[in-house]
Amino acid sequence: MPVQWLLLLSAFLFSVGIYGVLARRNAVIVLMSIEVMLNAVNLNLVAFNAMLKDAAVVGQIFALFVITIAAAELGVGLAIVILIYRNRTTVSIDEVSLMKW
Amino acid sequence: MVTSTLFALAETKHTEPLNQSAGILDFSWLIALIPIVSFFVIVFFGRRLRNKGAEIGIAAVLLSLLLSIPVFFKTISNINADSHYAGFERSLRWMNFGDGKSLELGVKVDGLTAVMLLVVCFVSLMVHIYSTAYMKGEVRFTFFYAALSLFTGSMLNLVLANNLLQMLVGWEGVGVCSYFLIGHYWEDRENSNAAIKAFLTTRIGDVGFMFGIFVLYFAAGSFNIGVISEAVEAGAISKGILTAGAVLLFCGAIGKSAQVPLHVWLPDAMAGPTPVSALIHAATMVVAGVYLVARMYAVFHSSIAALNEVAIIGAITMLIAALLALVQDDIKRVLAYSTISQLAYMIAALGVGGYTAGVFHIWTHAWFKALLFLGAGSIIHAVHSNNMSDMGGLKEKMPITYRTYLIGCIALAGFFPLAGFWSKDEILVAAYSAGRDGNSVAMFVFVTAMVTAFLTACYVARMLALTFFGPPKYDINKVHPHESPPAMTVPLILLAILAIAGGWVGLPGELNLFGRWVHFGDAHEAFSWGLAIASTLVAGAGFATGWMIFRHGKTRVDLAGGRFGYLYRLLQNKYYLDDIYMGGIVRPIRDQLSRFAYWTNQRIIDPIVNVAGASMVGLGNKTYRHVDQPVIDGFVNGAARFTGLIGATVKFWQTGNVQLYAGLLFAGIGLFVATFLFAR
Repeated sequence: MPVQWLLLLSAFLFSVGIYGVLARRNAVIVLMSIEVMLNAVNLNLVAFNAMLKDAAVVGQIFALFVITIAAAELGVGLAIVILIYRNRTTVSIDEVSLMKW
Repeated sequence: MVTSTLFALAETKHTEPLNQSAGILDFSWLIALIPIVSFFVIVFFGRRLRNKGAEIGIAAVLLSLLLSIPVFFKTISNINADSHYAGFERSLRWMNFGDGKSLELGVKVDGLTAVMLLVVCFVSLMVHIYSTAYMKGEVRFTFFYAALSLFTGSMLNLVLANNLLQMLVGWEGVGVCSYFLIGHYWEDRENSNAAIKAFLTTRIGDVGFMFGIFVLYFAAGSFNIGVISEAVEAGAISKGILTAGAVLLFCGAIGKSAQVPLHVWLPDAMAGPTPVSALIHAATMVVAGVYLVARMYAVFHSSIAALNEVAIIGAITMLIAALLALVQDDIKRVLAYSTISQLAYMIAALGVGGYTAGVFHIWTHAWFKALLFLGAGSIIHAVHSNNMSDMGGLKEKMPITYRTYLIGCIALAGFFPLAGFWSKDEILVAAYSAGRDGNSVAMFVFVTAMVTAFLTACYVARMLALTFFGPPKYDINKVHPHESPPAMTVPLILLAILAIAGGWVGLPGELNLFGRWVHFGDAHEAFSWGLAIASTLVAGAGFATGWMIFRHGKTRVDLAGGRFGYLYRLLQNKYYLDDIYMGGIVRPIRDQLSRFAYWTNQRIIDPIVNVAGASMVGLGNKTYRHVDQPVIDGFVNGAARFTGLIGATVKFWQTGNVQLYAGLLFAGIGLFVATFLFAR
């Protein structure tokens, strides 16, 4: 399989993620979109690793790190979302714009 | 041990290694420190105590005395082991001023110091005890004791000092305390004037003393007495500089020890309470000058000119003062002039090379003069007057005072075997033997000393006759003299014992202990039967003359009209010296010069200062209005306003909308990527 296809798929996934992050109001959806973007990056890493036939599999190892961090980040993010929901009975991002002047 | 750690920091010269303990001598610095500490304790807490601070003063001086006794004996045993014992010396570095030079704070204990410590502590203790009764109920009782303590402490510091600068500190301390104590009853204008006179007159001499210290410092490179003495003995200093240094130092001694022409303060110093007079005249203050000459004797000894000056000043003073003592009515003034005269004896003895004799006379004089002053205090206490024309016939009324006073008087007149005899005799021998060897100045001293011995016995007889014998001259109905309380009589008795026996440490021949304790160079013995008999005869003649003239209680009135009336008036007016000083020095300075200075001040200096001040104020106002307010304040305010403006603009970018931030973030990345791709 040519690497270009994989890169195109990755680019598509990343664009979906950006759309989700910027356009959706639901915080959970935003978090999910971030996951999509991270997975697009992972796909890129693995694809290049395969293309370069790197014996040390640096790309795959790096992808593993990204997955781990993504899991941790999602854990923290969901916890925050739950707390916000408990306090304000909403998870809509434009209604929690507290951090401004 | 605290002391050894303290002195571990110290450096020593001329002495045994530091880690070697010198026994009790290690504590000798405490002797001076205790009374000084006691001063502060009395000042701060004295009033609240039951005896108003007297107990602290007595305890402190007693402690010092108890310390100086073993110090004395230790020093004696050291001297006995080595007749050229240079003394114990320890010092701390007080201040460094580079170049290896430093100021020291130290003690030097040799025979001279040890003897002086005993004298000062003992007389001071007697005065302290005596004053509990004499000063009872007087004003400023507590401060009186505080000043006594500081006085004693300063004198002990002066005696113990191992360098000239520290000595000067003690010297001035003594001066300021004498000022406090002479002016104790300052409500009376006359007393405060006397205090000021004492302070200023001695000050004149002190200036010389200070310059003497500087001369010796620059010549020898050190303030240390031992170092200076060694440099002098090694011949490292030229004769001219030595003479200058010695003469300048002697100026200090002239002032402090009340020698002609600066003796005028001492009779006026009688304005102080009598115990103070005893302390000033017997043990502290006035003997400081003699002590200075003795301490720096190496310097004096190597300059014939300086020694001769010392001897001549001494000879003139002893005669002048003894003559003045003959005509005083105030009993304390008789004693004051007698002190001047006796101090001159010591000075003259030092001047003719009689080092041991001079110091020995300090020792004996301290006992009988303290006794006489305290005795006079006891009499004054009884008749409430200083004047002998208000006394007379007190012999039966005050038996203890009479007997002790009599002992003091014949000791002063120098009759065998009392203390004064031995020291006077040594002085005469020293002067005579030096004179016989061709020293004409010493011969002059010898002759004046003989005449003075005659006069001394004469005024002593007069004093006794006018005070204790003849009919009472006080108002019998109002004044009822009685013996003083034990606090006053016990010191008198103790001092009387010393006035008898104090001279026996200096017996001639093998028994001359004092000569072994205190000597310059090799100890030498001298005694001459001929001189001893001659001086006794002279003193006896003087006593008889005085007795014959005054035994019927004749006073000044009878004499002023006599054949020698003009002589009497000359003495009565103290040779007009006070008038010369007043008219020639004090008045021109006080009136003309001060008026001129005032005029200069008002018309010249003040306008300059005022103009300068006004222009500075104007300049300040201008600066405020045109520089500070617009420029500096404007700059600061502008900076703040500018920052605020930026903040007000930029704050709107912070919407709180996360998605906007994320959008901008991605836009930024896009921008970077675009730049990266297309710009190269």
